[in-house]
Parts: sequence; C-alpha cells; structure tokens
Amino acid sequence: MSNTKREFSVVGKRIPKLDAAQKAMGRAAYIQDIKLPQMLYGKILYSKYASANIIKIDTSKARALPGVHAVLTGEDVPEKMKMGFIKDNPPIKKGKVSCFRDEVAAVAAISPEIAKKALDLIEVEYEELEGIFDPERAMEKDSPLVHDHLKSNVLKMPWDIHYGDVEKAEKESAFVVEDRFTTTWVTHCCMGTSGAVALFDASENLTIYTNTQIPSLAQKDFLEALKAMGLKNKRVRVIKPTIGGGFGSKLDTYAYEHIAILLAYACRKPVKMVFDRVEEFKATSTRQPTIIYIKQGCDKTGKLTFRDMRMVLDNGGHTSWGATTPSVMLMPISSLYTVKNVKYTAKCVYTNNTYSQAMRGYGNPQATFAIESSIDMLAEKAGIDRIEFRKINKNHAGEETPQGLKITSCGLAECIESVEKELDFKDKSEKGVGTGIASLIHVGGGARIYGSDGCGAILKMDDYGKVDIFTGGTDMGQGLDNITAQIVAEELGLLAEDINVVHSDTDICPWDVGAHASRSTFVAGNAALGAAKKVKKKIQDFASKLFETPAEEIELKDKMVFVTGNPEKNMPIGKLLRKAHFSPGGNMLMAEHFYDPDNQNMGKELKGNMSMTYSFGAHGAKVKVDEETGKVEVLEYVAAHDVGRAINPLLLEGQVYGGVVMGLGYALTEEVTVANGEIMNANFRDYKLFTAKDAVKIKAPVIETDDKDGPFGAKGIGEPGCVPTAPAIANAIYNAVGVRIKDLPITPEKILAALKEKNG
Amino acid sequence: MYEHNTSEQLGETLPMTTTISFSLNGDKISYEIKDHWTLLHLLREEMGLIGTKEGCGNGECGACTVIVDKLAVNSCLYLAIEADGTTIETIEGLASTDGTLHPLQQSFVDNGGIQCGFCSPGMIMSSKALLDENPDANREEIQHALAGNICRCTGYIPIFESVEAAKKMGGQNE
Repeated sequence: MSNTKREFSVVGKRIPKLDAAQKAMGRAAYIQDIKLPQMLYGKILYSKYASANIIKIDTSKARALPGVHAVLTGEDVPEKMKMGFIKDNPPIKKGKVSCFRDEVAAVAAISPEIAKKALDLIEVEYEELEGIFDPERAMEKDSPLVHDHLKSNVLKMPWDIHYGDVEKAEKESAFVVEDRFTTTWVTHCCMGTSGAVALFDASENLTIYTNTQIPSLAQKDFLEALKAMGLKNKRVRVIKPTIGGGFGSKLDTYAYEHIAILLAYACRKPVKMVFDRVEEFKATSTRQPTIIYIKQGCDKTGKLTFRDMRMVLDNGGHTSWGATTPSVMLMPISSLYTVKNVKYTAKCVYTNNTYSQAMRGYGNPQATFAIESSIDMLAEKAGIDRIEFRKINKNHAGEETPQGLKITSCGLAECIESVEKELDFKDKSEKGVGTGIASLIHVGGGARIYGSDGCGAILKMDDYGKVDIFTGGTDMGQGLDNITAQIVAEELGLLAEDINVVHSDTDICPWDVGAHASRSTFVAGNAALGAAKKVKKKIQDFASKLFETPAEEIELKDKMVFVTGNPEKNMPIGKLLRKAHFSPGGNMLMAEHFYDPDNQNMGKELKGNMSMTYSFGAHGAKVKVDEETGKVEVLEYVAAHDVGRAINPLLLEGQVYGGVVMGLGYALTEEVTVANGEIMNANFRDYKLFTAKDAVKIKAPVIETDDKDGPFGAKGIGEPGCVPTAPAIANAIYNAVGVRIKDLPITPEKILAALKEKNG
Repeated sequence: MYEHNTSEQLGETLPMTTTISFSLNGDKISYEIKDHWTLLHLLREEMGLIGTKEGCGNGECGACTVIVDKLAVNSCLYLAIEADGTTIETIEGLASTDGTLHPLQQSFVDNGGIQCGFCSPGMIMSSKALLDENPDANREEIQHALAGNICRCTGYIPIFESVEAAKKMGGQNE
C-alpha cells in the first residue's frame, strides 16, 4: 500500500494517446498502406467444401496468365511447415480439406486483379465427404472423422479437474440449480483487415511486416517455417505496423503469413497479402463456441457449496489457441466467488466448422455467462436477494482459491457496492424494465501460459533529457505506448511527451510474450519501471558526486535534479546528462530490464497461481424489453472495475467502454451464422455490430486497490470490460420479463419464443 | 508501373479512360482515370492519400468516408468519374498549413476518440460534414450522422464526446 498516499505527477493523468494526432491526420501507416519496390500481391484460394478429398489440382492456366509469378498448392509446402500450437495445420492443405476456410492454393501476381483472376483459373477436383457440424454428435462413436489418423474427434486435452469433494458438497447443499447454456461463434471485426508483407534480402533473411500481437513468438514461428523450407541459421525480423485493432485475433501466426513467406521466397520479391472483408469474416478465427452444463449449490445461508461444470467446445477443423480457452475458463469456474468444491471437465471436439482463436477474455466471457446466470437462479431458489447473495460469496484479499490462485488485492465488494450506488435496482416503475448484475475475475498481473511470462525494456537518455524506451510490449491501439511513457516519466521526473516509446520491431525491441491476457500494463509496465529505476539510480549516483550529497537525497522532478530539503542545489536534467556524457570517463545513461513475474504455470494437477494478481469487477444493466417485439433496449449500464491503479483514466475508460460494447454485441446481436460449416453472414449488414445509433450510456467507476506488485499499483484492464456483460444483460432481461435465455445471442426471436412458452 | 497493364494482360477489353478535374483539399487537380475506378482507389492507390481507409469495400463501415460537395460519402462506392467538377475533402486536408489540427482532429485526440485509429479518418470526415451543415448538432443528431461509421474500439462514447467538444471549439478553422 506504499503508493496510496503518494502524489503523482504523470501517473493518473488523462494524457491523450501519444499516436492519436498521427492517426487523426491520416498519417499512420497500416499494413494496407505498405508498398515496397517490386512488390507482388498474393491471394489465397479456399476450399469449396466443408469436408472433401482433393482429387486433383490443375494450376496450368493460372501459371500461364501474364503477370502471375507463382502458384502454390499443398504439394509445394514443406512437410514440416505447420501452424497452430500443436503444429498440425499446414498453411496450404493437400489430400483432405476439413473446413471451408482451408487453403488449397495461393498465387502471387503483379496486381491484386491479376492475382484474383489467376485464382479463378485454378481447377480443383474434389470428392465431397460427409461433414460433421455438431460437436456433441461428433463425439459419438459412429461419427465421421475430421482427421482420419486421429481415430477420434475428441482432442487429447487434460481438462478433467476436481478440487475438494463435489459429490459430498452437493449432498450437503440446501439448494442446488442445474442447467445448460450455449454460446456461439462471434468474431473480432477489427476495422483494419488482416495482412502481411514478406520479403527476403540477398542473404535470404526474412523481414515480415505483419498484423501481430506477438512479435517475438511470431519470429519464432517464422524461424521454424524457414527451417522447414531448408533455410537454416537465417534471421527473421518481424515489424508490426500500426494495426487496426487486435482483440486477441493476432495471437497466433496464420496461413496468410506463412503463404506470404512461401510466395516471397518462390518469387524472390516482396509479397503483400491483405484480406478483404469477406475473407476477414470467413478465414480468420472466432471466439470458441461452447455447450455448458452447470450445477451449483449453496447452504441455507447462501454460501456457495460447490460448482460442477462440464463443457463441450466446438474445435472446428483445426486446432488454434481456441482449444486452450478452458485453461482460462477454469479461473472463473474455480475462483469467481469463494467456492471450495469445484469440478470441471471440458472436451474440445473437431468438427468441419471454422476454428477458434483467442478473443478478448479468452474463454472467460463464455464461462462467466453460465456461472453468473446460474448464480442468479440459485439466489432466487434460496430466496436471497441477488446482490446480497453475491456479497455473501465475494472474493477477498488473502484468499487462496481451490485452483491455487492467490488473491492479493481485491475490490470486488467495492465494485458491487459501486454498481448498487449508480443503478437503481429497485426500480420496477415501468412495465418491461428490469435490472441485472454480474461480476468478474480475470488475470490482472500477467498469465504464465509459456515458460516465460516476461517482457524486456531498454531505456536510453539523450543529452537533452529525452528518453527513448524500446519495449517488448505491443501497442495495438489500447495504449501501451502511453502507459509505458507515463510510468517512465513518473519515475524520472519528466513529462510523458519527453518519452519516445519504440515497440513492435524484433530487430530493435527486446523479447516479450505478447499483448494478451490483459498483461501489458502490468508486465511491460513493470519492465519499463525496472529500466527507469536503474537509470534513476545512475543519475542519483552521478548527482551525488556533483552535489557532494548522499545519493538517497537526490530527487528528480519537473525535469530537474535537486537535493532533498535543499532545492537550490539543483540542475536541469539535460545539463546533468551532458555533464555525465562529456566528462572524462564519460557515461551515457542507459539501462535494460527484463521483468518476468513470479507467477506459476499450472502443472499436471492444473493448480497454480497463474497471475501475480487478479482484476475484479461488477457490471449492472438496466434494460427495457418490448414484449410485443422481443427487442431489448439497454437503458443504463454501469461497469465498475478494480484496476489497482488507473495509470491513465482516459485510456482506461476507453478499454471499459469498448469492452462493454463488444460484450453487449456478444449478449444481444453478434453471431457468425454457420450453415453446414459455411459462414452465411460475412459482411457488416448481416453480422450485427453495435453502431453509433445503438450506443449505450455507460458509467465506468474505477476502484483503486493499489496492488503491491503492479507498476504504481496497476492491474490489467484490457479484457474485463466484456467478461460479465452477457450475464448482466441476461439477468436484467429475466428481471424485466421473467424469461431466462440460456443461449447467446439473446435475440428478439428467442425472447418472444420464451415469452410465448411462459405465457402459454 | 504494373497496374496500368493489368487489363491488357488479362486479355480483356482495355477500359475507357477519362480525364476528370476536381478540387482536392483546395488544390485544382486534373487526372486521367479509368472509368471503373472508385474514388477510394483513385485517392489511395493512385494518388497515395493513405489517410482514407478501406474497411469493407462495400459501403458498410464508413472507414473510407470523404466529403464530396459538402456531403459525406463512402468513397469505396463512389465512382471516380463522378467526381468530375466536384470539391473533395479528405482527412489530409483538415489540418492547417502551419500544422494546427482541425478542431475535430484535436478533440478526437484529446477526448480518447482514437484507439486503433483505423476508423478515425472516416469518423472525423463524417463528423465534419455534420458540423459544417449543423454546427449545433445534438447527441441524437451526432449518433445519426455517425450511424454508418463502425468503431470496434471505443464503444462510441468518447467519439460522441469528441464531436461535442469540437462544437465548443468552434467547428471549422477554415
């Protein structure tokens, strides 16, 4: 709690995003805007079937088209070039296709138009196979196999967990509820579509400009790709240009990147691959759809006794990171509210549908939808007020949850109280109006998914008091540039504008595991702070000699270095830096710091403190349901979050508002419509995002719990905004009109059908 | 240099070309275009004005919004040939020659109206068309004017606040 009373100069200030002016002037260069000399344009041909054998591909006509430089099929892909975390997915398929988005060929040509025309000239002969589209059906023994060599459609994953004794706890429970919930495919809808530009230099080293949230891990993937191509001991430089949104969609490397590399190598020219919007809908990954069975119980006083959850996840045709979302789902399942006995099994099942990836919240929104809907049902059954019920079971600092999560700072109770204060839960004045509440827990201090959860930072000061900081962290619009600048400026007594944040170039920036798990403020922030502290120490040591004062008495503030209690002994920091530089035995003030949090990988028993700290929140919604049309209007929304400390409230609100609206889409309107594996609504007319017309009034109270390990007390806030949104809305609809919708999205059709059933 | 040969190499009839004249951000422009080009293609791919973005190519997202004769249009649906004789404003023309941002640009910066920034040029152009026409636009009118501009980052609230703040700053600086 050391920071609580501290006055901050830069931390806590609403400093506009550092690159916002460039973007406002239209000067920021996105992948779409990159043009290199001799650049070719790549395009991908996708499968015509959800499941089929490729009998024959004839590319001769495409190759003969003037302007075409290369045509590749699965036969041209090196055997060991595979994608996905289990490395089972070649960037162009041969033999069998397992979903509509499977790549069957690719071309590079001198213009996008010629490349498109060449795709039309590729003749593919398929033998269509029976597809399987229902994951529960795919688990049955007589189901067609998506991948013949695997013998089963069920992935070998370890999600079979039992903490405590659920059977005993159930017997001893006074009240038990049980139900089934489903969530469907939704997609990121980044406004800038996916893309990459790959080029090889004369020594066959690769540079790739790509939309990625994981420059360092992408570099590793591409190095492996080069190795598979027979290019050993080469260098890979990953540069992320400005990107038009991430939201988890760029947490893996994808076929289009690998194909750009293959084409660039085949042609020895730069190759640009940029998706159009239809392709973005059809060939990028979704949020993992789930079928959730949940049973929870409580004693007479409302204390939770157990939680038992079973899930079936539609894995689609291939395995990407979506298959690991149960590891994050486990967090709310084991640790949202205090509950000692927990059981969780999850099965990921191959189907011939599209496959899933990380998306903001990474499984947490799905799990929390079921948990918080069910909590409302349990509170009602126990005859306890729904808000009171949540307070009875609230998490608290000092708690260790069954999964082994160590709760250090916890503002859940304050968040619930804050929502109660801002929203009138008793208001039943109008017909069809109702209120709902739902809470969240999320990782707030990194997440140890890999061997390292670290981030590096290199800080150098010039002769004039300006700082360049090279961070491993990645800004994708969320504001890591500001967070880094404000933390460094605070520590060194400078202004945010004095700090130049360089990120997302693997030739220049240190390693980082990526912009995921709401970890950047905490982990990259601590890396930057660590580097700043080292430089500060050097400044203090130098000034100590200059002023003949102990180093501890040297302060840095307002771009000045001065002696505590003796402010006339001072020097502008630029002057001091020049003195340090241009003295005999001169010294440039630089430092590096690698911060790897002391969190744990979950071992074989699936226990461990995966994050240094956890973020909490509570959301409240007031809705009006039109019983004639089934339409839901969100009248008021309150999203209270425990963020440790708000480094920049302006950007923090942006994360919360954006998260909430994404969550409202998840709750009410968004759905990738899939018919026998084919996506039917690959455009913004039919995929219903919230527009400016649908915008909702949102209040975003901030609870500061000053986390002991966070940089200046901060915890992560990137994802929480969209985690409890769907259950808050579902609970409000139930409160309004007495129907509980258990399948997302909650469309007017579903509400009308439920009302009809209820009213007879 | 390649693009000009495209149609010929495709073995198709060479498209018609037309020379059009228009005003672009205050400059008088004369440009030989192919008749099938969209205004977006002309601006971005031919003239290198990358500030105008393509988000969908189908008139659904508003990222490509520019102002033609005071009206906000989706330049991905607007044929370049129709621009003959018009006055066009793009995001590149908003800031003053001394570098001062237009009040809308400044207020989007100051109020958190920009995160990833991909929708921002289109958002700002739609907002400008609105305020030029209706300097006192209320929240509902702002929402209506921006209904065709999708933003996935901000939840729209900071964007509305940006437009309202720009109103107070006096709308135009021209």
